[in-house]
Amino acid sequence: MTDDRDVLRDVWFGRIPTCFTLSQDEITEREAEPYYLLLPRVSYLMLVTDKAKKHFQKVMRQEDVGEMWFEYEGVPLKWHYPIGLLFDLHASSTALPWNIIVHFKNFPESELLHCLTKDAVEAHFMSCIKEADALKHKSQVINEMQKKDHKQLWMGLQNDKFDQFWAINRKLMEYPTEEGGFRYIPFRIYQPLNERPFIQKLFRPISSEGHPHNLGDLLKEMFPAAVPPEDMEKQYQVVIHGIEPMLETPVQWLSEHLSYPDNFLHISIIPLPRD
Amino acid sequence: MPSSLLWAVDVHGRVYSLSTAGQYWELCKDESLQFKRLAAVKQCCWGIACDHQIYVYVHSSEVPIHYQEETYENQRWNPVDGFSDRLLPSDRWQWSDVTGLIHQPLNEFELASPQWEWESDWYVDENIGGEPTEKGGWTYAIDFPATYTKDKRWNSCVRRRRWIRYRRYNACDMWAKIPLQETGPLPDPFNDIAVGGWEITDEPLGHLSVWAVTVQGKVFYRENINDQNPEGSLWTEIQTPGEVVQITCGPGDLLCAVLWEGQLIVRDGINRDNPKGSSWKIVEPPNSENGLVQVSVGVNVLWTITRDRRVWFRRGVCSENPVGTGWICMNIEMVMVNVGLNDQVWGIGYEDRNIYFRHGVTPTEYSGKAWKIIVASREHDRASRTGSATSLASAGCFFGDEVRLPSQVSISSEVDFSSEMDKLAKKTENILETIGERASCPHASGGGDGDVASSPDIEKKCADVANVFETIPLMGASSEKWVQPVAEPPVSQAPYLTDQGGPLQDGAELIIAHSISNTMNSDPAETSSVSSVGTYPFGIEEHYVSDERPLWAWLSGGGCEVEAHTQLNWFTAQSGQPFSQLSFSMPISCTQQTVWRKQIIHQLTERSKRELEDFKHYEQAVEQSVWIKKGAMQWWRDGKPYKWIDVRVALEQFTGNDGKRDGIFFIYYTFNDEKKYLHVFSNEITILVPIANETKHSFAIYTPERTKQRWPIRLATTTEQEMYDWLAVLSLACCDSRDLHGPPSNQALWSVTCKGDIFVSEPTPNLEAAQHPLPSDQLYWRQIGGHLCIIESNSQGIVWGIGYDHTAWVYTGGYGGGFFQGLASSTDNIYTQTDVMCVYIYENQRWNPVTGYSSRGLPTDRYMWSDASGLQECTKAHTKPPSQWTWVSDWYIDFNAPGGTDREGWQYAADFPASYHGYKTIKDFVRRRRWARVYHGCTLVQINHLHQCLSVAIIRFGPLPGMEQLSTVVLSLHKILQVIVGTTFHPLPNRS
Repeated sequence: MTDDRDVLRDVWFGRIPTCFTLSQDEITEREAEPYYLLLPRVSYLMLVTDKAKKHFQKVMRQEDVGEMWFEYEGVPLKWHYPIGLLFDLHASSTALPWNIIVHFKNFPESELLHCLTKDAVEAHFMSCIKEADALKHKSQVINEMQKKDHKQLWMGLQNDKFDQFWAINRKLMEYPTEEGGFRYIPFRIYQPLNERPFIQKLFRPISSEGHPHNLGDLLKEMFPAAVPPEDMEKQYQVVIHGIEPMLETPVQWLSEHLSYPDNFLHISIIPLPRD
Repeated sequence: MPSSLLWAVDVHGRVYSLSTAGQYWELCKDESLQFKRLAAVKQCCWGIACDHQIYVYVHSSEVPIHYQEETYENQRWNPVDGFSDRLLPSDRWQWSDVTGLIHQPLNEFELASPQWEWESDWYVDENIGGEPTEKGGWTYAIDFPATYTKDKRWNSCVRRRRWIRYRRYNACDMWAKIPLQETGPLPDPFNDIAVGGWEITDEPLGHLSVWAVTVQGKVFYRENINDQNPEGSLWTEIQTPGEVVQITCGPGDLLCAVLWEGQLIVRDGINRDNPKGSSWKIVEPPNSENGLVQVSVGVNVLWTITRDRRVWFRRGVCSENPVGTGWICMNIEMVMVNVGLNDQVWGIGYEDRNIYFRHGVTPTEYSGKAWKIIVASREHDRASRTGSATSLASAGCFFGDEVRLPSQVSISSEVDFSSEMDKLAKKTENILETIGERASCPHASGGGDGDVASSPDIEKKCADVANVFETIPLMGASSEKWVQPVAEPPVSQAPYLTDQGGPLQDGAELIIAHSISNTMNSDPAETSSVSSVGTYPFGIEEHYVSDERPLWAWLSGGGCEVEAHTQLNWFTAQSGQPFSQLSFSMPISCTQQTVWRKQIIHQLTERSKRELEDFKHYEQAVEQSVWIKKGAMQWWRDGKPYKWIDVRVALEQFTGNDGKRDGIFFIYYTFNDEKKYLHVFSNEITILVPIANETKHSFAIYTPERTKQRWPIRLATTTEQEMYDWLAVLSLACCDSRDLHGPPSNQALWSVTCKGDIFVSEPTPNLEAAQHPLPSDQLYWRQIGGHLCIIESNSQGIVWGIGYDHTAWVYTGGYGGGFFQGLASSTDNIYTQTDVMCVYIYENQRWNPVTGYSSRGLPTDRYMWSDASGLQECTKAHTKPPSQWTWVSDWYIDFNAPGGTDREGWQYAADFPASYHGYKTIKDFVRRRRWARVYHGCTLVQINHLHQCLSVAIIRFGPLPGMEQLSTVVLSLHKILQVIVGTTFHPLPNRS
């Protein structure tokens, strides 16, 4: 029987087949072939696109190569969002592979943060983990860890090593039995094409009456439109890691099993096309 | 309590053992055979292998196993010949046993099996009753049989002497086949085996009762098993009231067997004089619908499994009342149970094939409290492999399944069942119909409610067959007996496939099941051929050796000594740090069955299909390449008890997506029975230093932190070669993770150690610019072959050195050599470097009134053999030249020691330490003398990049370009070492 560890594995080993195409605006010395890669859903674009970068730089003159950035259907892709979230948010209805346009100039300063080295990704990733642990354990767990444990989390993600990562991450997923869950659930709710980057509020896994909160409870409070009344048709898809968990799923379980490596539950709310 | 072993067999027939002190399943040392049954006791383990023959695995012990053969030579006196071998016709044999009844000539003794070896030739025993006899060993008597004395009297008409020969058992720690019996009723292939009975009697030492069941249901007892004769001598058939399927024997006088019809038979009358017992008593199963299939007894307990896979505990079983009083049902489904030597019990879960241990079994509560899963992983799983699947070991961390409570294990819902069925249907089209039939019968799916109306007839048959498969996985079709109840073969497949293949979700598993069923279906005649079918499933073993966790088929705890309070490392997932008092997740068993969970798993599977199935040919964005070197070493424990302890080490290297390789060096050790590890990242290591002058081949690993604490990691290998292998591999790993390749740059920092080893460090561009310059002990220093006293370099990459023999050398720009030979070195510019150095040690003595000067010092004195300071002990034997250098002289007394010596080389002083003089005065209570020995650094392996350069013309004295300070150094070298050192502006070959 599948156990919950298999869920963790499935989440970790999720891959999105992606086709990278060099933007038409770029000046090349010869035709640039598209480049195909399986991107890990839980990773970040800047961590996994070295191969594509090298591929395109081969056909470009050195002086034309600026900072690389990605675009999908006119939307610049934020490198500090996990890849799975970017896909769910912007491209969940697309046919695979996911077509990403690669740019080396005209960096959209207003929309993207600069990311010159992977250290920037590491800093962002670690700050997310710390923020999540502040919500879950008042930062107690992350602060008790040694520097090398932090490094192991990062290296685990960078090298796609599930066991290396989870050997440490499991400590971040523990909680005192008597409390039945984390202090607050680290989650973020995203909508495509919304000026507001995301919704993030304090939300406890257990109700004041002692019942476990489920996904429906969370949405009712944060985004009521996503929970249709009984007689109404569904207007939104609620997507995490490319799947739509049932609204009855306890948020504590979701937080433990469907969080991204940054320990946040990144929930995408996608409007369903109207007929 | 010393550690003992739990034995188990997985579904592939591989034998593993788990130590009570350990936490990993270790594959049996002798892997040559696959087994289906095991029966272990402390000193040995009996088993039935895939060839249906019986094997015994005897643990080697300090005392070798000897067996004494003896025979008697008998003679009678007659007036003509005196004593001669001419006996009366009514007399015994000339060569006989002690009673005289059996004819035993010397040359008819043969070794019982190939496992034995004669240890000596025959010799005469010159003892009688502990008293020595006269030479020849004869003992005399009036007639046979009578009292023998060592003295010959006037009326001694007969005499005899004893001949002795020893044979030795040579098959410890391996599976030794019990030879087939040539006489008597030869048992047909064996089906089950049980070992026990060691508590019945002490005589002979190591007595064991071994019982075996053949495929025809006959029971045999193995005679004469004891410490001297681990194999026993022959099989004796024991009559039974019916055909037996399985047998069990407790440590004491409990012996039970299960009949084919499902009843239990209990042996009566077993005692010290009659270990075989006298009669059987029949005990009816708890419910007549579901007979027993398997049973196991201990001293005071009896556990059994019925056809519906339920586990039952028999109340009130004890030596006085072996039949017990009543049944208690355990709410769990199992394949088999096994009772250990002190009534602890283990079982193999029906659905998950995990091994469960019954928690809380005590003399007051033999039935125990709860089942706990043993989550120990296998030894070889720790070796992480390429790919991500099972590199659990990579972080030295393991997390296993949460322990499930028995009441929650067997719950299975309708949804579950039907989805399993769907999966199966796809894979095994040929039994679709059957499944349809079975689908109406949830009982066989593991639900086991029993309240669903179903055809009891079919169900019973199914259960029968299912049981056969369960208890003897892979061997299912190997005898006529097991095929018999299969009235409708198609029906019979279904429960096995449904129950086995479905929950496991394992393609390979299905193949096995399938192949067995096919054999059964296609040709019933074939199934009766034991050998061909019996080994059939093993042929496809190669396809799934990488199974993620073991699926167990059989276990034996008869040799496993655990008490209710024993601390075992079997149940908790293991990690380097002790676990906090937090739980990882909600009890899985509660959530497992819920709809939302199933839906998530289902969706994830769908997602993988959608996003991956058609794109498998795409390149992975992150390459997974892991490279591991493992080994065994000794580690100087940097805490109590401060001694060398055995450790396992592993260097794991992986390539990051930027192409940079990184590594982690793990040291796994056991402390207070707890497995622990420490690890160093290769990019943290600052220097690896071989430590030559020691009894061990050891080296030290420094990191900035460890340098600060003055506690490097000290490791020792068994051979010097191994040490240099590891040093080379670790150095390369460090270089890789710091992106250092090829020769040192022109800006490299060079240094020599007090031992003459040369190290080089690459400065970072901002080394000098930084506000807080990096101290040198935080730089990474890699070793470069060679041996020098002094080294100097300038910013142009010109490196000079002076050896201990005062030869000047220049660096030619090669790299590698030394212990890097063959690993990553350039072939250019590598030359042989030679050096000669003298080491000195001191012999110290103190004067005392009795013996004068002697090596008996005061307790507060220095070592009697020491270095010049007296702080380090330096003996002649343990002082060694540096790596790969050789002595060129023997130790000699140095008469040129500073301060002068007497004619024997002694220097005198009032006390240690003081000033020494070369003559004795009345006040001198101590003396010392200096021993010297010369070593030479020009061995065959010493290839180097320092090129002897005395022939280089002196072009200029003074500062080297770009490095003014060096001028003084050069001048001082000139003064001290009496050689002229110069430099050249012309770049040397291959140096720009």
